[in-house]
Amino acid sequence: MAFSDEQLERYSRHIILKEIGPRGQRKLMDGKVLIIGAGGLGSPAAMYLAAAGVGEIGLADADTVDLSNLQRQIIHTTADLGKPKVESARETMLEINPEVRVDVHQTLVTADNIMDLVEKYDFILDGTDNFPAKFLINDACVLARKPLSHAGIIRFQGQLTTYAPGRGPCYRCIFVEPPPPEAVPTCRQAGVVGAMAGVIGCLQALEAVKYLAGTGALLTGWLLTYDAMTMDFRKIKIPSRKNCAVCGENPTILKPFDYQAAVCDL
Amino acid sequence: MIVTIAGEKKEIEQGTTVSRLLVLEKVQTPEYVTVAVNEQFVDSPLKSERVLKEGDQIEFMYFMGGGR
Ligand SMILES: [Zn+2]
Repeated sequence: MAFSDEQLERYSRHIILKEIGPRGQRKLMDGKVLIIGAGGLGSPAAMYLAAAGVGEIGLADADTVDLSNLQRQIIHTTADLGKPKVESARETMLEINPEVRVDVHQTLVTADNIMDLVEKYDFILDGTDNFPAKFLINDACVLARKPLSHAGIIRFQGQLTTYAPGRGPCYRCIFVEPPPPEAVPTCRQAGVVGAMAGVIGCLQALEAVKYLAGTGALLTGWLLTYDAMTMDFRKIKIPSRKNCAVCGENPTILKPFDYQAAVCDL
Repeated sequence: MIVTIAGEKKEIEQGTTVSRLLVLEKVQTPEYVTVAVNEQFVDSPLKSERVLKEGDQIEFMYFMGGGR
């Protein structure tokens, strides 16, 4: 399939890259990415993936835009206060690139709907803000054999890893199960520097782009950590966990389930 | 003896266990920190038993729950 003149110009900086090229750009345009959480991490990821021309981008989020979101959730503006986040995000994405299709899912992602949700997508991006959701998304991606970019941020720190089915450890391999509610602080309690969401969300977008275009090495088997106070990026080798409850040799998690959310997350 | 903690070489006493190291390093909520020694997980029940050796490479992985 040939590119239109407008596409050749819009995506020229990708097409000129030998690692992407016309073939990689075509793969991006045929790609389908689901972003769960249209917030801090989801904002930059959704904007860059729309700009990159990723054919179909799903957004799942049940919330509306709140004033306290705008310090980091740059896909939303002050004029969007009170709007559903998925709608506000969709508008921004289509302003950047009207060529992409944005599917909105204004719903809380739960064990009941997550398998249907992830099914049609090629790559999943976790931009949620609580451990029950992060474990749920991990389990569903392992069970559905979907690649997943996991990320977390707090204060001046961030981390991410990429799960690729059959090729490396999952989030549950590292952390086993969620900490009890309130045992580990959330961003609401501890704060987070806004640009951290930008740094880590952009790294997630890069993983999705590389995966779709079929180029480079993913963070599979690695936890990339970033400390903005010292400006240290580190790649930590993630050991394999043969007894992982979802991706191990004898899995005990055979379908997704919900953990109780911490009260402050409700 | 010298070990490597999160990429930095440090002097620690002989006989130091993983649990003791978590205290020495002032790691917050150590019970919820994932520890790997030489690219192997040290599961929580074993943190107080596992004695570190010269040259061990220790990594801490922290829960980060934020994103929105
Ligand atoms: Zn696993």
